Amino acid sequence: MPAVSKGDGMRGLAVFISDIRNCKSKEAEIKRINKELANIRSKFKGDKALDGYSKKKYVCKLLFIFLLGHDIDFGHMEAVNLLSSNKYTEKQIGYLFISVLVNSNSELIRLINNAIKNDLSSRNPTFMCLALHCIANVGSREMAEAFAGEIPRILVAGDTMDSVKQSAALCLLRLYKASPDLVLMGEWTSRVVHLLNDQHMGVVTAAISLITCLSSKNPDEFKTCVSLAVSRLSRIVSSASTDLQDYTYYFVPAPWLSCKLLRLLQCYPPPEDGAVKGRLVECLETILNKAQEPPKSKKVQHSNAKNAILFEAISLIIHYDSEPNLLVRACNQLGQFLQHRETNLRYLALESMCTLASSEFSHEAVKTHIETVINALKTERDVSVRQRAADLLYAMCDRSNAKQIVAEMLSYLETADYSIREEMVLKVAILAEKYAVDYSWYVDTILNLIRIAGDYVSEEVWYRVIQIVINRDDVQGYAAKTVFEALQAPACHENMVKVGGYILGEFGNLIAGDPRSSPLVQFNLLHSKFHLCSVPTRALLLSAYIKFINLFPETKATIQEVLRSDSQIRNSDVELQQRAVEYLKLSSIASTDVLATVLEEMPPFPERESSILAKLKKKKGPGAVSVELEDGKERGELNGGGDRGGDAAIAASNASTPSPSADLLGLRSAAPVSGAAPSAGSLLVDVFSEAGPAATSAGVNDDGFLSALHAPEASDSPLVEGPGDSDSAPPTAASEDPAPPLPESDELLNKFVCKNNGVLFENQLLQIGIKSEYRQNLGRMYLFYGNKTSVQFVSFNTTVSCPGELQSQLNVQTKTVEPLVEGGAQVQQVINIECLTDFIDAPLLNIKFRYGGALQNISLKLPVTINKFFQPTEMAAADFFQRWKQLSQPQQEAQKIFKASHGMDTEVLKAKLLGLGTALLENVDPNPENYVCAGVIQTKAQQVGCLLRLEPNAQAQPGEQMYRLTLRSSKDTVSQRVCDLLAEQF
Amino acid sequence: MQFMLLFSRQGKLRLQKWYVPLSDKERKKISRDLVQTILARKPKMCSFLEWRDLKIVYKRYASLYFCCAVEDQDNELITLEIIHRYVELLDKYFGSVCELDIIFNFEKAYFILDEFLLGGEAQETSKKNVLKAIEQADLLQEDAKEAEAPRSVLEEIGLT
Repeated sequence: MPAVSKGDGMRGLAVFISDIRNCKSKEAEIKRINKELANIRSKFKGDKALDGYSKKKYVCKLLFIFLLGHDIDFGHMEAVNLLSSNKYTEKQIGYLFISVLVNSNSELIRLINNAIKNDLSSRNPTFMCLALHCIANVGSREMAEAFAGEIPRILVAGDTMDSVKQSAALCLLRLYKASPDLVLMGEWTSRVVHLLNDQHMGVVTAAISLITCLSSKNPDEFKTCVSLAVSRLSRIVSSASTDLQDYTYYFVPAPWLSCKLLRLLQCYPPPEDGAVKGRLVECLETILNKAQEPPKSKKVQHSNAKNAILFEAISLIIHYDSEPNLLVRACNQLGQFLQHRETNLRYLALESMCTLASSEFSHEAVKTHIETVINALKTERDVSVRQRAADLLYAMCDRSNAKQIVAEMLSYLETADYSIREEMVLKVAILAEKYAVDYSWYVDTILNLIRIAGDYVSEEVWYRVIQIVINRDDVQGYAAKTVFEALQAPACHENMVKVGGYILGEFGNLIAGDPRSSPLVQFNLLHSKFHLCSVPTRALLLSAYIKFINLFPETKATIQEVLRSDSQIRNSDVELQQRAVEYLKLSSIASTDVLATVLEEMPPFPERESSILAKLKKKKGPGAVSVELEDGKERGELNGGGDRGGDAAIAASNASTPSPSADLLGLRSAAPVSGAAPSAGSLLVDVFSEAGPAATSAGVNDDGFLSALHAPEASDSPLVEGPGDSDSAPPTAASEDPAPPLPESDELLNKFVCKNNGVLFENQLLQIGIKSEYRQNLGRMYLFYGNKTSVQFVSFNTTVSCPGELQSQLNVQTKTVEPLVEGGAQVQQVINIECLTDFIDAPLLNIKFRYGGALQNISLKLPVTINKFFQPTEMAAADFFQRWKQLSQPQQEAQKIFKASHGMDTEVLKAKLLGLGTALLENVDPNPENYVCAGVIQTKAQQVGCLLRLEPNAQAQPGEQMYRLTLRSSKDTVSQRVCDLLAEQF
Repeated sequence: MQFMLLFSRQGKLRLQKWYVPLSDKERKKISRDLVQTILARKPKMCSFLEWRDLKIVYKRYASLYFCCAVEDQDNELITLEIIHRYVELLDKYFGSVCELDIIFNFEKAYFILDEFLLGGEAQETSKKNVLKAIEQADLLQEDAKEAEAPRSVLEEIGLT
């Protein structure tokens, strides 16, 4: 039993808690709990009306059981009953139970809200506070709907008690965070700002959190708070430590309020009014001065509170980024902390310096601490502190110290914690690329990276080194020599073999003059690693071998023999076997000229943002990457390719990064890649140049896409049938989170199963048109956002996301659109899609923008469906039926019988089946009324053959016409999905 | 602040306060992960860590860990002192507080917290004012108790 039990201890509760604590095992505990639950249940159900005390006791027991981690599914009603008790203690327990256990149970919420309403109007401050605490704790939308109007009134009313004001301010904050659309700005807002002047420090402390949140969202409406905040801050900073009585904490006057005031000021630019600004600068200087004064207490609470204010002041100085003097002083102060004996201060100093490093005024000052930071990286015992040190080194890196920092980070990598290795590798790779003056250093660094931390070197990193070597001819010879040497190591990482294979395959000739690295030596070296490697690496090596045959005719016989061996040509892996067979054939029948053309050196890669940087950004979130590749000039220099000009370069830069298991070498087919600038009319750029121009799939529209980038035309399908029930209210969920998809979005999706172009969505404000084209497992979609009004849309932002498992099934990339859409104007967005494996859900498109101040938030399903990746397959009747029979297992078939919702017009049906992407096979089905189709769905992981049969009973009366649709494919999920999609179309 | 957890060295949760809407399942997962992460840290390590997209600030007092999750722009040191002030409040109220006080009077620990922090932000940082509010509530409780009829002992200990 506890030493002290205040208030009225509920003895029954204490006994129960003791019992639980005395349980020797988990089972005993559960048994005891179940017994208690049964007891409580019977009490609650019993005929005898329970008195308030018992109800309170049992509700409290339930709460305790819940907090132990068990589920509670009754007692809510009894808790709600307690709310209307006029005994404070019962009411209090009732509210506690509701706060902890009720989320938004819609039946109860009405009763709860009623009780709250009574307490709010009771004019009893203690009851009012209880009610406000409950609203702040639950914070549900239903509560916001009921009270968002009332609470601001309580907050600013002249006769409200201070303690009630405090609760009301934070209660309103919680409601505003949860449902900003329900808290309407009004006459109260200006009075809230003036709470900063309130005499009661507690009221100011509570109110400032509310004001800060409101200001960050509506800076203009609250900008008068700046001067009020500065004068309040100034009064606190200059007060003696005893002036503020109980608001002084360990000799520091009002530390919480000071931090909040400094934080509020960070919502705004520096004050324009000279006097206000002068006063603020004075405050900041005083805070910096105080840091140098001897401490008034040895207690850590004193220094923590003091330094909390100091760090917040430094954040404000960095935020303003306009006072060189203060910035340098801040930097010096942090420099002192870097060597402080308190780990917490070292951690925070490293963190804060990271942001200082990006200011032009303090970058140099930060750099002077490089040795201390390197030392921290080496000696700090806490990994989270070392992580900060690594971040800071990354942030302070520039041309002058890049070599030193990269070297230190590399040597740290050898012993670095596993948790931060991958990020370290990315950072080293980025710094090496960004500050590479001579590229031999860059190549050395990346190869070292692979040697030291090969497992953590992601694809992006080794792709990048290859891109750069290919684009820079001055480094190719050095790269070949270096990888050749690196491969000599008896055990080298598979990533090294990949880079080695690729580079020697391209540039092995540059070192072949030296007898120590003659063609055959190179080949034998690579091939000695072959058997230890995984399938993708082996595939890459096979491509390197065929390139060798072109580079060095003298190796042809040896390599052909390798290709011919059973382990290659009969390899159980389809990809390897296919490569071996094709390469062998290619090397035997193609003339030297053809071979030289096919296997020509890779053309320079298009310039693009470093994929590594993109990855780091993704890992850390935007804004966390303070070192950006500075400008196009620098990147141009890096990639070696100047302006290659013209549409081709632009189009090419949209091409997706070469995918890993597919070949970097572009060798999947025999078509030459190099120099073949994609024609302007073609939508998809041939990264891997499939079987040449003849391969244009039938599902693809041939109308020159690039020439048709204006409004979506109503050419190929009835566009007007659109979703335009424009008299219904526009979807305007004002939350910042993406709205849930519109209820009609599934229907919209269905509209696009059999067509690629049209109007996806339309309301009074916005029209969204779509044009899209697919080839193989790749797709490109153009979205056109048309502003139908005469007023501009601001903060226009769209995002495409793949929910859930779709993320691993589709690879979707977009570029951001301009944030401003003028009235009547249209903006365009390109979306690149790669189908990795078959999928069911559709990607979500979220559109947010402000129209006349109101946030519009619309989510739709992007019409990307699995059938888009169909390639039509023509076949004769015999073939069709043979395959049909082969796919006879029950799970391979999906069937639906359904009523015709449109007429059975033959031409319309045919158009839809063709639109699906399959080939419509004539003269196959013995019944000429039936339709059969065949196609192959192309995903990166596999190809799925698919057969389809549609049987209408056209003779039936209109209204009774039915279809039977049968799908067979090698994959059950595909059969089912295509069947579901298609069944909606007729 | 997004949430506050109190847990013992054995990893038992003693108090949890959530200031953002999360499902029960998410709460349990977060508590489990975080308790494990913090218990694995050595005593001299720093009180802050990055965890998912949050900053965790924690401190151990005797057998209890106090742990707060704050957002990116929040101040770590002042959060550390929020924890300390809460400990001071508990200490003053219970008179050298120990883990058992919080177990047996968990509802009081919640009431004190609600007076100090609301919606994840400081409502009243003056120790005197917070304790005054709680004591007033206790007085109301005493009144209520006196007004009630005495109950049988058996009923008191929960055996009826």
